[in-house]
Amino acid sequence: MFTLNNVRTLAVVFSLSCAQLSIAQPIDISALTSTPDEQAQIEATIKKMAEQNFTFHNVGRDALKVEVEAWDIDVRPDFQGLKPGKGSVADGEDVWASKCASCHGDFGESNKFFAPLLGGTTEDDVKTGRVSNLRAEANVPSTMMMKLSTVSTLWDFIYRAMPWNAPKSLTPDETYAVVAYLLSEASIVDADFELTDSNIAEVQKRMPNRDGMVVYPGLWHTLGKPDTQNTACMKDCAAQAKVVSELPEHARNMNGNYAAQMRIVGAAIGVNSDKPKLTGKPQENAAAVRAFARQTIQGSDKKGGANSAGDAGSNDAKASGDSMDAATEEKVKAILTTNACTSCHAANSKLVGPSFKEINEKYSENDAAKLGEKIRKGGSGVWGAVPMPPQPGLADADISLVTKWILSADHD
Amino acid sequence: MRDKRSSSQKRARLRSAPENFISDEFVSEVRQHGWDDARRSFIRKSLMAAGAALAGGGVARAATQNEPDQMITQPRPWSTSLGNPVAFHPYGQPSKYEVNLQRRQSPGLTAVSQASVAFSPLQGMFGIITANGLHFERHHQGWVDIDPTEHRFMINGMVKNPKVYTMDDLMRLPSVSRMHFIECGANTAMEWGNVAVPTVQYTHGMLSCCEFTGVPLKYLLQDCGADFKNAQFILAEGNDGSSETRTISMARAMDDVIVAWGMNGEMLRPENGYPLRLVVPGVQGVSWVKWLRRIEVGDKPWNAKDETLGYVDHMPDGTLRQYTSIQECKSVITSPSGGQALLSTGFYNITGLAWSGRGKIKKVDVSVDGGRTWKAATLNTPILDKCLTRFNFPWTWDGSPAILQSRAVDETGYVQPTKSQLVAVRGTRSIYHNNAIQSWKVAESGEVFNVHVE
Repeated sequence: MFTLNNVRTLAVVFSLSCAQLSIAQPIDISALTSTPDEQAQIEATIKKMAEQNFTFHNVGRDALKVEVEAWDIDVRPDFQGLKPGKGSVADGEDVWASKCASCHGDFGESNKFFAPLLGGTTEDDVKTGRVSNLRAEANVPSTMMMKLSTVSTLWDFIYRAMPWNAPKSLTPDETYAVVAYLLSEASIVDADFELTDSNIAEVQKRMPNRDGMVVYPGLWHTLGKPDTQNTACMKDCAAQAKVVSELPEHARNMNGNYAAQMRIVGAAIGVNSDKPKLTGKPQENAAAVRAFARQTIQGSDKKGGANSAGDAGSNDAKASGDSMDAATEEKVKAILTTNACTSCHAANSKLVGPSFKEINEKYSENDAAKLGEKIRKGGSGVWGAVPMPPQPGLADADISLVTKWILSADHD
Repeated sequence: MRDKRSSSQKRARLRSAPENFISDEFVSEVRQHGWDDARRSFIRKSLMAAGAALAGGGVARAATQNEPDQMITQPRPWSTSLGNPVAFHPYGQPSKYEVNLQRRQSPGLTAVSQASVAFSPLQGMFGIITANGLHFERHHQGWVDIDPTEHRFMINGMVKNPKVYTMDDLMRLPSVSRMHFIECGANTAMEWGNVAVPTVQYTHGMLSCCEFTGVPLKYLLQDCGADFKNAQFILAEGNDGSSETRTISMARAMDDVIVAWGMNGEMLRPENGYPLRLVVPGVQGVSWVKWLRRIEVGDKPWNAKDETLGYVDHMPDGTLRQYTSIQECKSVITSPSGGQALLSTGFYNITGLAWSGRGKIKKVDVSVDGGRTWKAATLNTPILDKCLTRFNFPWTWDGSPAILQSRAVDETGYVQPTKSQLVAVRGTRSIYHNNAIQSWKVAESGEVFNVHVE
């Protein structure tokens, strides 16, 4: 499917079908460069600094070439900064299965933890360079591949920030391979494709949303022209205001109890949102509202708040046996959170991986070393198809603490 | 609402012998050891046991016309015992009665707490400065606490001499301290469609304002011999796992951008980029790269992940508008605001915050009738460039339903838009950069609700 000839013929197709969508092209960089006023300002600043005669003797030092190479990993759309290398779709599938699928799904389709990576792009988009599902009337949730305009961005981000819990651990070749796998799953390249630093520019010409970006200079330059023009009307401005949206009653307490999130004194006091909306006159509610607000301070500091959202695993982890003191348990909680264990494992309910309770029940305390190895090296098959990614960044002491906790604590 | 236990008999006993709460032994113990938490708790228990009457379910009641206020007529423990010693808390903490004011996540917003947001409790904040512990958080791959002796800052790219600086190096340089707001480009994003969240903490709490201290980036660019003739952009990059990257214009880099280590007089908090972050006044928070490790000077934008997949405006024709940077002029009433209740009719000071990424706030108008009529609010000083400005507006509530709105105008003359005006230009699929006028409905009951109006 992917050949140079195809790319050339597709360019013609693009120019034809482009008429159906509003015209967009690769963005015009000159819209973002300094305006004459800004350029004058820069020159004035340089002149002023020269007059101040700041020369910072003996502060900082020249960077070594090897240091710059170690940190300068960014890749621009023109591929400046791209590391040489190559990777096939097949190799990428292997890396994907062991290091990416646990969060993003086998085919990059999962929305469990992050926005889906793939889906919503079509063969036609590859031809036109515009993703038609992005149009408002299509009403399709956006995926990464629908929005992505340059393949450089995908390479750059995976190399710098993935996998989630071990960023910068992929080699350039592994990065090429993962990018190739994603491109293949999105039908941008064939399944037998090998992506290299020398053919990546040709791939760019097939990116589904390569021409889907625009810039609005007025929102980039400080003194540019805004895109809305309200006026400061002072009287007879609008018809009687009509309320068109309110929080539905069932969502009243979704963000926790309001009273427990506000000061207990003040001009206006937080209401008890565990109860329905207030009725009657303010004076009739005053005593109850104040009394409830005051009692939010007694007991737990976080009572009624929304702070437990998103870390159910680590919160549930507090029900431990006698074998660990509170400080050690805090430490385990911290290890679980910072290493993203709780993204996949909860205390007593199955998420992506088994719950800590299930693991606890399957293994005895004699299995600590075996379990530790599984955490370090990852594995699959024991609990289902989704593999557990390896955790090379975890210290031995931390692994042994976590295994001890899993095997000894009460996870109810 | 009078507690049934508060019989007049108990109240009488309480009044007649309040000093009996505190035994002689206790007083001498406090004299000897000071008033620590154990002794506080003892005294509180004594008070509560005897004093259900005093408090109506444990809550202090103000006096009615016929009944003197016992908070005045009765001795209180804090004025009749020895207080705590100095350095009791070597690093000071807010009163335990302030514990409700915390940064909080909005449930359901994100699935992973390392790539999430904790919102600032704007409903309880005064003036324009955000306390360091209440500054909003938004991380892309979790926060880190970097050993400052191991942190390095590099400048490379289109410069004569690529250089490396330690924290010691940077902190020797001429520094500035300036107050600026920082607002996430996704602040108020949940409100693009319908009302989604109840309180100002969640509608507008990805907003903070601090005095930042650091060295102007222009000095460092000059120190490295940046190619000002040909370079047009810089890339800022973090030292954390995400190593977040953002393109910033050279015009800004040479204007007011700061390489900052200080935040309200102390070092940055780890959640806010300790030991080094970029401060890009007026620009959305994602560009204020935290844990800053590198600036690259270049001649083209980078189209980084958060410049093409996120922080873009999804336009109705399906194009994605990228490189929107400025946080445009915006305001919000913080009191009274959603989730609160007015507990009587009469005078209220409507107060809130206004800000603009294009400069200073010129004017804020307030409407109490849903935008039909407007009157100018008073602006508190100082009114600073790209900084929060506090406004106040006197209001006497007569008990009838009201819809409160604020509308800010900045020094360029730009007027904060209505949501309908934003939607007319950017459609309904957008997420970021929502600076629409906020409406709070005050019901006859006194309860205040987040509403959208037309």
